[in-house]
Amino acid sequence: MTKMLGTRDVYGDVLIELGVANRDIVVLDADLSSSTRTAKFAKRFPERFFNVGVSEQDLMGTSAGLASAGKIPFASTFAVFATGRAWEQVRQSICLPKMNVKIVATHGGITVGEDGASHQSTEDIALMRVLPNMTVIIPADGYEAGAAIRLAANFRGPVYIRLSRDKFPVIYPENCEFEIGKAKVHSIGEDVTLISCGLMVHLSLEAADDLRREGLSVGVINMSTIKPLDSNAVLNAARVSGAIVTAEEHSVIGGLGSAVAEVISENEPVPLKRIGINDRFGMSGRATELLEYFGLTKNAIKEAVYHVMKLKSDKRQDLRLSN
Amino acid sequence: MAKVEIEKLKEIARQIRIDILTMLVEAGSGHSGGSLSAADIITVLYFYKMRYDPKNPKWEERDKFVLSKGHAAPALYAVLGRAGYFDTGHFHTLRKMGSILRGHPNSAVTPGVEVCTGSLGQGLSQANGLALSARLDKRPTRVYVMHGDGEIDEGQIWEAAMTSAHYKIDNLCAILDNNGLQIDGPNKEVKDTDPLVGKWRMFGWHVIEINGHNIEEIISALDKAEEIKGKPTMIIAHTVKGKGVSFMENKVEYHGVAPTRDEFERAMKELSEGN
Ligand SMILES: Cc1ncc(C[n+]2csc(CCOP(=O)(O)OP(=O)(O)O)c2C)c(N)n1
Ligand SMILES: [Mg+2]
Repeated sequence: MTKMLGTRDVYGDVLIELGVANRDIVVLDADLSSSTRTAKFAKRFPERFFNVGVSEQDLMGTSAGLASAGKIPFASTFAVFATGRAWEQVRQSICLPKMNVKIVATHGGITVGEDGASHQSTEDIALMRVLPNMTVIIPADGYEAGAAIRLAANFRGPVYIRLSRDKFPVIYPENCEFEIGKAKVHSIGEDVTLISCGLMVHLSLEAADDLRREGLSVGVINMSTIKPLDSNAVLNAARVSGAIVTAEEHSVIGGLGSAVAEVISENEPVPLKRIGINDRFGMSGRATELLEYFGLTKNAIKEAVYHVMKLKSDKRQDLRLSN
Repeated sequence: MAKVEIEKLKEIARQIRIDILTMLVEAGSGHSGGSLSAADIITVLYFYKMRYDPKNPKWEERDKFVLSKGHAAPALYAVLGRAGYFDTGHFHTLRKMGSILRGHPNSAVTPGVEVCTGSLGQGLSQANGLALSARLDKRPTRVYVMHGDGEIDEGQIWEAAMTSAHYKIDNLCAILDNNGLQIDGPNKEVKDTDPLVGKWRMFGWHVIEINGHNIEEIISALDKAEEIKGKPTMIIAHTVKGKGVSFMENKVEYHGVAPTRDEFERAMKELSEGN
């Protein structure tokens, strides 16, 4: 059995570790501290924890003020409220003045489950990625989450880290490395490269295993930093594979798939298929049922691979014919 | 109001509580505490006060209800089902794949639901819009909106409160489910919003305070609100989170969880004895 680990559970523990090491670490929440796991920090360091109640805009503004005076605030709530409700506060009070605020939001994506569309953030990456000065990270497992959170604490500038409600299968060792803006290249493939983030990374690894058994040469990249995007890794994949599939638990508009499309279409156009939520809202249901319903599965990735490989071979055919 | 009528409403409220818990135990997740604290008020709204036609959900003259604290959706679904907006068989599908009863109210999929809520703090603005539109069209529609006491931490509530007063929206009546608890603890500890009566008065509202589990008091407050002209009315209803199920009452832990099977059986026993 694969080991499962909650990215938000790791967050709770790492916050304590950071709080012990650095007295400038402060934590803020908006009445969701048990869900986001900041309650752990609140218990240990009550004087450095601020619960602003159900007030996400206030949460971001207060964090900006604390940062401006030299503190390192970690601000947490659900992803949809952190990025949606408080978007303009994040833009104006945090990103414009490059405030050293770490927005660590839990309950990203549709795996929020039964709460339904109002609570499922399928646009947060787009919303954060469009902001100048923002760094955007979606860890692929609990240990990568821990490494990213530790790194964010020592990095100067606004950071958005999206965590999940559900537990993730563990991919990396406990002491794994993390570098902002550096893709984790699991393998290089001549037929296709899968570029994914978050929960979709382990599904991409599984899909790649299947595809290799079918004789394909498959590259897999964990693009846990969506911004700044590791465009070298993307362009390398485009050159080597000539076909790319992206996969994310987010709208196909504005997220990882869009970021990859922007880079390859301007520099190295190759067939691309984006796996994600196709311009729809989520709904209530179990996380696994929703992943299936919205086509965020290993099989959907494999289908997308067949699709881009067909496009690639059609394109080569066309080239040969026209020569 | 005749005594038999009051007794009838009490009986409906008891049924609504049973429905709420039945939905939640089947769903295996959802918000017990805040659905139960709202049950008596929502019952009086739908079975005494509001004018509507479940066979014609879009009837233009109808009164409208906005559940701004959208996580209490089971309470809303219970009254809508009992009022005849949809078959009560749907109760068993709450929060499940493909159900018309979503985790939070969604007007695009559930008959009788007026607006989408679930993200707290947005309902009062929507209610203002509904009420202003009725005024423009010279319709008799009255608009009711229910808030949680944690929900009013949201800044938008106070922006909207000033809009209601500024435009003298008197076909609007807000009700605050003042159960004293939010998610992270008692409101007083998380973010103290007192003094509530003073705040709403200073914001230009007519304020009525009641016991939110006393049917007579709920009725007379809703009747009184209709007579207030030139300003919106806020009914501050003092309630008990988890009301009706002894082991859930005033327990912050029951905010966002469904009863277990065992808890459900115990609750059913209490609710049938309570009669
Ligand atoms: C904008 C927004 N922020 C956070 C939440 C998560 N949340 C759901 S219920 C709740 C607490 C609400 O407390 P209260 O209004 O007192 O509700 P009640 O006690 O009536 O259940 C919170 C923070 C949300 N639904 N919407
Ligand atoms: Mg409350």
